[in-house]
Amino acid sequence: MSLSALTAPWRAFNYGFLDESAKREIRRKTLKAIAVPGSQVPYASREVPMARGWGTGGLQVTLTLLKPSSVVKVIDQGADDSVNAASIRKFLRRVGAADETLDTTAATLIQSRHRIPEERLRDDQILVLQVPDPEPLRAVEPDISEARHMHADADYGLLWLKLYEQIVRSGRIMEGASYPSLVNARHVISPSPIPRWDVPKLHQADNLTILSAGREKRIYAVPPHTDVAPLVFDDIAFRVEDHAQITCQRSGVKGYFLNELPQAGGPSIHEMSDSHFATKHIQKREGEAVTFADTYYVNGSLSR
Amino acid sequence: MTARPMTVLPRLAPQLATAAPLLSMRGVAKRYGDVAALKGVDVTVQPGEVLGIVGESGSGKSTLLRAMNLEEVPDAGRYTLDIPAYREKDLFALDRYQRRMLRVREIGIVYQNPHAGLRMRHSSSGNVAERLVVSGERRFGELRRRAKDALIASDFPIARMDRPPVELSGGMQQRVQLAKAIALEPTLLLLDEPTTGLDVSVQALVLDTLKRLQRERQITMVLVSHDLGVIRTMADRVMVMRHGAVVEEGLADQVFQDPQHPYTQQLVHAKL
Repeated sequence: MSLSALTAPWRAFNYGFLDESAKREIRRKTLKAIAVPGSQVPYASREVPMARGWGTGGLQVTLTLLKPSSVVKVIDQGADDSVNAASIRKFLRRVGAADETLDTTAATLIQSRHRIPEERLRDDQILVLQVPDPEPLRAVEPDISEARHMHADADYGLLWLKLYEQIVRSGRIMEGASYPSLVNARHVISPSPIPRWDVPKLHQADNLTILSAGREKRIYAVPPHTDVAPLVFDDIAFRVEDHAQITCQRSGVKGYFLNELPQAGGPSIHEMSDSHFATKHIQKREGEAVTFADTYYVNGSLSR
Repeated sequence: MTARPMTVLPRLAPQLATAAPLLSMRGVAKRYGDVAALKGVDVTVQPGEVLGIVGESGSGKSTLLRAMNLEEVPDAGRYTLDIPAYREKDLFALDRYQRRMLRVREIGIVYQNPHAGLRMRHSSSGNVAERLVVSGERRFGELRRRAKDALIASDFPIARMDRPPVELSGGMQQRVQLAKAIALEPTLLLLDEPTTGLDVSVQALVLDTLKRLQRERQITMVLVSHDLGVIRTMADRVMVMRHGAVVEEGLADQVFQDPQHPYTQQLVHAKL
């Protein structure tokens, strides 16, 4: 028997770019993260052809979950057409032969930077969120070892100190993104820098959400049908952004999360952040056949 | 001489040791490498009493205080506090989490260096509120009210309650520490050189506050200082430490008026 009979034939790269041992490790760590919802699981974050901070964590999870029948959607701050999102989509097609889509309802695998789509995700879809800083305790406990003790003890009191300071200083909670949230009544996570608007979408969601930080080498997950509760004071309710009554200039639809576009001279216009969702509204108005899923927010307020 | 109605004082200091001691430490020993910081120290503190610990630098008094605060577990010894859930339990045997919860709920501490006890860039009221949130308070209004009450009790100028300690004077920082320490009405208040480094007039004001709190709330205190003046003002009973051992112990007046051990004599005379 020759050596060549024992080894795989040479290929330019492995399916899904990462080698099989790397994918196996990420799969195992992801399973662990799902088994202990909200717990940060360390993993060996590999090199991908992208700089740290551009979504390498999310990309590694996406590559691991990729299969030829996957339909991927990549979101960058709600938009599908940013250079980063387009490049990641192209890369996934090239290394995984995956189909691309802009439509949330058509995707099986959604990698997202800082937004959860407005349309309700189903139980056959997986959302992968890119995370720059996975540690919710960073602001109150700079010592990582101590922070891990605090996670182990479920000792999260200090996070309320951060909220207290914000209310004292500014009269309201100023935490705009990465709002610390308690998962499964046990672990507090930083739900990646999604706006407050998106945090309630994680609660009892039908889909699996995997959060991965490439630079910080941590994976954590919110499994389907898991409680996710933003941290609040008992006497001050959680509030999402006041976007419910503002109309999207592009699609004319209102009741969804918006980007503010400042105009010359001072005023600003608003555009829906979930860009393809707005596009679908325009297509529908122009008579094209489009499919909508139910949305998390109906008429600007959360529907359950 | 006119007969005046006799005022009954709330308490005669110090109480006779008829009640069970609040704090009891037996044979506490701690080594740092070759240095024996504590060589089998016994401490007993009665409820409502102020115990002063005097000694030169390196005598082990701060190590002893850290052991009382459960920041550090000594090599040997037993430590009990007479509080409902922990009666008869050796506190040194508690795990890290239990130690931490006990420290938050039952023990208050004021450090010499405010940087050790405060978050200098958070607001002062936030520093006090930290104690309360860690103990489980989740109502903003209640946090605010209780933080304010504790700061008022420590004679802190309430208009500045939302300024960070970094902007305050040393005396004010000590008051914030004190407010934080008493916010949860601790069983035991530990004071590690609370007035060292303050100028004399501010020192007197902080001591006044401490005395008033002691009188009003009858908090049991352990006060560590190398300043005999401070100890004389505050303490009911005094322990003199040297080289990790207690050389003399007794009522404050007794020890200062009639020191028995040569080292104590030296100390008292050096004070002038």
